[in-house]
Amino acid sequence: MTAQDAQRVPMVQMLSIEGEFSVAPEFADYAAYIDRLTDADYLKFYRDMAIMRRFDAEATALQRQGQLGLWIPAIGQEAAQIGSGYGVGHNDHIFPSYREHGVAITHGIDLMSILKMLRGVNHGGWNPDETRFHLYAIVLGTQALHATGYAMGVAFDGKVGTGNKDEDLAVITYFGDGATAEGDVSESLLFAAINQTPQVFFCQNNQWAISSNVARQTKVPLYLRGTGFGVPGIQVDGNDVLACYAVTAKHMDDARAGLGPTFIEAMTYRIGAHTTSDDPTKYRDNAEVEYWQARDPLARFEKFLRNRGVEQAFFDECDAHGDKLAAEIREATFALGNPPIENMFQHVYSQPHPVIAEQYAWLNDYEASFEGEGN
Amino acid sequence: MSNFAEMSIAKAINAGLSKAMHENEKVLVFGEDVAELGGVFRVTEGLLAEFGPKRIFNTPIAESGIVGTAIGLAMRGYTSVTEIQFDGFIFPAFNQITTQLAKFQNRSEGHLTMPVVIRVPYGGGIGAVEHHSESPEAYFAHTAGLRIVSPSNPNDAYWMIQQAVASSDPIMFFEPKRRYWQKGPVNLDEAPLALHSARVLREGTSATVVCYGPMVTVALQAAEIAAEEGLSLEVIDLRSISPIDFGAIVESVKKTGRLVVAQEASNFVSVGSEIAAKVHELAFYHLEAPVLRVGGFDVPYPPAKLEERFLPDADRILDAVDRVLAY
Repeated sequence: MTAQDAQRVPMVQMLSIEGEFSVAPEFADYAAYIDRLTDADYLKFYRDMAIMRRFDAEATALQRQGQLGLWIPAIGQEAAQIGSGYGVGHNDHIFPSYREHGVAITHGIDLMSILKMLRGVNHGGWNPDETRFHLYAIVLGTQALHATGYAMGVAFDGKVGTGNKDEDLAVITYFGDGATAEGDVSESLLFAAINQTPQVFFCQNNQWAISSNVARQTKVPLYLRGTGFGVPGIQVDGNDVLACYAVTAKHMDDARAGLGPTFIEAMTYRIGAHTTSDDPTKYRDNAEVEYWQARDPLARFEKFLRNRGVEQAFFDECDAHGDKLAAEIREATFALGNPPIENMFQHVYSQPHPVIAEQYAWLNDYEASFEGEGN
Repeated sequence: MSNFAEMSIAKAINAGLSKAMHENEKVLVFGEDVAELGGVFRVTEGLLAEFGPKRIFNTPIAESGIVGTAIGLAMRGYTSVTEIQFDGFIFPAFNQITTQLAKFQNRSEGHLTMPVVIRVPYGGGIGAVEHHSESPEAYFAHTAGLRIVSPSNPNDAYWMIQQAVASSDPIMFFEPKRRYWQKGPVNLDEAPLALHSARVLREGTSATVVCYGPMVTVALQAAEIAAEEGLSLEVIDLRSISPIDFGAIVESVKKTGRLVVAQEASNFVSVGSEIAAKVHELAFYHLEAPVLRVGGFDVPYPPAKLEERFLPDADRILDAVDRVLAY
């Protein structure tokens, strides 16, 4: 047994592959969070997971039809994202990577904001102060430092550990197994530990960083990554929506209460390609994909719900709702026009800038000079 | 009547920071060794005693972390004044500065602003070891979304740091480290100019010398020597590297017809290159000679025993003046 194996604690799992609920005694603190869930919460979880999957399928189709420049699929990660997303409180701030469409759904982000970005209409543009869901981060790991800085500010503001649920808040940052190799993630763990920030690091280990297996990113289980910095870690079954919810909710509560940062590794799998530009058949076996498909987060949760007596009508309703949303998204995507040219020059700076003003004026004059040329 | 105080550039930045911290309690100062020690150049000396550890604190030695957390703090409503200990140590933060700090205002379509000041002691002339004498300003000037300034005297240092802190855009504040101890009068009541305006330091008619930061003292020396030889040099202190006050430069060139740009940075793809290109465009018919650049050679910054011959001195500026006058 290696030293690393000796440190291993079991992964938090609540739903078996067959959808049977059980919690190991050492995870009683997490189980308490499930006790508080209502039937309506369960249905909400499933509905959003189904929407996330349907949205993904529609966006992939839109990309294939040339309506989006790129799509970033998240199929297989529905439990990790919907579960953790609902573990985040109504004051908390979320710093996503670029695959967190499901987390966006749980916090009411207009999904067209995401499609606009991938169509090339803008670079995001939503208001993170209002949504508390910050802009997608394309450069890997950068958002972890922004999250830590934000969390430092929350602590400076005294919004930690007051016990007032309307005042206290915590921060969660999402990133993948690949991003853990970036220095920014390590630096953010260090700054978080030093400052005891109210913060959760949520790593979706989907096993693949484009074509590199997680074995090429780390020699140590990722949930242990924070321990050397002073950030304790926990591993959770990322295809188990209840476990993802409970573990996230508890550690966000702890962060809000002033108990410091935690690193959560959600073990999941990227069923689809890295993006629509990728071809996973070149680097991984079908057998591996099939192994994970047998652990599909939606199918597992569906079994759980059916065991609890949820009837077919609910699942039919979810399908119909998803199809309706997909049709709306399709129509809205077709209706997206090109952005006006002034968008390119706006908001480069918050105050007037002579170069921007001069170049915008020049471009207008230049383009106007062709007017009336006939063709 | 305004109140004046005599102080060094280092002390003037310190006093300006103190004033900015008093005026806005959301202003934080952090970086490596800035708290108890006051920074390796003592620019932040005394601020810990004045404002306490919640307003000024040491960070881990991690430049990307310093800038990355400053971005997050900006999102939370704080204005961070960060210190990068030496010019040559800024590159671990290059990604956060160029792909993140510079772009959030734009990618959020104006919902976010990035009031972050990055102070960088820069330039050579102090006999330092490798990576302590660099002039990396052009790397950042190439990136839209950043504003870049460099004071050359105590009065500008005192006011420009306050203007930088008050800006809602990210500001890179390049401090001429070999001039930190240079003293001069500071007007405590009235800012001399807007942050991005250049200043004509010395009027003249024979040729214009544009410079910034540590080279301003050298250019003024050159103008003194030239005066003894009967030449009248106009010296412009750029103060702002991005944006550049081309109005002030062109006005001068219309008068003198000749322009020399002096900088410590290597000439290739430099601030001087941009000025030369733009002045040829804006004042072609007023030029009597091509614009010449006097800068560092396109080599790695040399060991200290050679830096005197790497850095442009008054004679190298005068050599360029002679060449533009020969046309």
